[in-house]
Amino acid sequence: MLAEQIGSLARRSLLKTLRQPFQLFPVVFFPAILLAVNASGLRAATRLPGFPTHSYVSFAIAVAFIQGGMFSMINAGTNLAEDIESGFFSRLALTPLRRVSLVSGLLLGVAALGALQSAVYILVGLIAGAHLDAGFAGALVILALGAITALAFGALGSAAALFTGSGEAVQGLFPLFFVFIFMSSSNLPRQLLRTGWFHTVATWNPVSYLIEGFRSLFIFGWDGTALWRAFAVAAGLTLVGLLAVAGGLRRRLQRT
Amino acid sequence: MTSPSHGGIWRVALAIAWRSLHTYVRRPDLFVPSLIFPLVFLAAFAGGLSALGSVPGFRFPAGYTAFQFVFVLCQSAMFAGLFTGFSLAFDFESGFARRLLLAAEDRRGIALGYALVALSRSAITFTVVTGVALAAGMRITGNGVDLVGLYALAALLALVGYGWAAGVAFRFRTIQAGPLMQTPVFLILFLAPVYVPLSLLKGWIHAVASFNPATAFLDAGRGLISGVLDHTGLAFLCALALILLFSAWTLAGLRNAERSA
Repeated sequence: MLAEQIGSLARRSLLKTLRQPFQLFPVVFFPAILLAVNASGLRAATRLPGFPTHSYVSFAIAVAFIQGGMFSMINAGTNLAEDIESGFFSRLALTPLRRVSLVSGLLLGVAALGALQSAVYILVGLIAGAHLDAGFAGALVILALGAITALAFGALGSAAALFTGSGEAVQGLFPLFFVFIFMSSSNLPRQLLRTGWFHTVATWNPVSYLIEGFRSLFIFGWDGTALWRAFAVAAGLTLVGLLAVAGGLRRRLQRT
Repeated sequence: MTSPSHGGIWRVALAIAWRSLHTYVRRPDLFVPSLIFPLVFLAAFAGGLSALGSVPGFRFPAGYTAFQFVFVLCQSAMFAGLFTGFSLAFDFESGFARRLLLAAEDRRGIALGYALVALSRSAITFTVVTGVALAAGMRITGNGVDLVGLYALAALLALVGYGWAAGVAFRFRTIQAGPLMQTPVFLILFLAPVYVPLSLLKGWIHAVASFNPATAFLDAGRGLISGVLDHTGLAFLCALALILLFSAWTLAGLRNAERSA
């Protein structure tokens, strides 16, 4: 019964995003454009001593997966905020649906979409000339990590929607989270970040470890350390997001 | 339209500029993002990519922070213009701009007033970004005249950004046209030599950057800050030509808005 409820809401969440070109367009377009621009503009970086690969596309493609996660946050949060603003969420809350299925259906849909968009980014990367050193099994690991990353960011976006009830407030999170990408090892490996304070910020920034996990599969093949760190960060962010969702849900349902 | 006069344009323009600037400095949700974005770019590019200064073939006398500062200055100038276009679109959505169209003795003063807002906003951003860059150890090897040239070029770019965004805002009269204002400017800026000089770009981006006017702006700005002039005349010419072009685009948009008011 619970699985059926969650399945129905997950399907609605997935279809709602897939049917809205305005939500899908930036998910594919922006990471692809940024990859094209950065891979060409920063190709000279591969000539730096200690740079781990000769292909900047293979190095830079990892950032697309994080950007995809951030779009999941915005899409999940905006869709939930729309449901709150339109009263749909309140009507759902009055039905016999179990509380846990109210948001978990949405988040399951976000995770499925995360895996789907990760497959698209792998394809875009390979077309652009990236080399996936870990092969087909590595691609499956990327899909799993992409799904958990999307789930983590989606949960954070949903929590923002539950607390604020405003799509505009959720949209405002995007630039804030984009700062985390900029202040990470997104453009150069951490050992080549020569500005001391920037190296420190990038080392403490969890997004660096997510990026390095995705990147390791493209450049190094199987790097256990980079992978467990990436999965640990993704799981940690998911836990924080889910706890925030639980708090937001409790508060929202009290109001309802 | 009531009988236009020279004084009428300026009365309207100054009233709008005062009102918009007043709103701008009193609302942190408008004020903070326009300052945070250039600072984040400065930190991420000048701080995070400083190793690129050691790439073989990279030569820039003032150092990598100054190299990136010029990009951030040009970008913040154009975005100050874009954000002003957002304000104009927002004023249409709220109904304020329609009331302005009814009340203004010369409606061209509306376009001019928002242009003054773009210039004032960019001046605030320039001050903050320059202060932070200097605090971060940026070296300037150009002289005083070169610096005046650099900030004059940046001011012209604020007008270029505004001209494009205002034309869009007058036509669409909704904030939902925001991506249409932002995306082309964002693309043009990033299809220029952002991270390394043009000579180090290879492949398709070199071909695109060679014909991109933003390349002339960046080359000229970097030449002015380092005192080794590069494409300065071309950059000013391009900026003035774009301002003329977008002035016509904005005034045509204003007429479009008048017809639908």
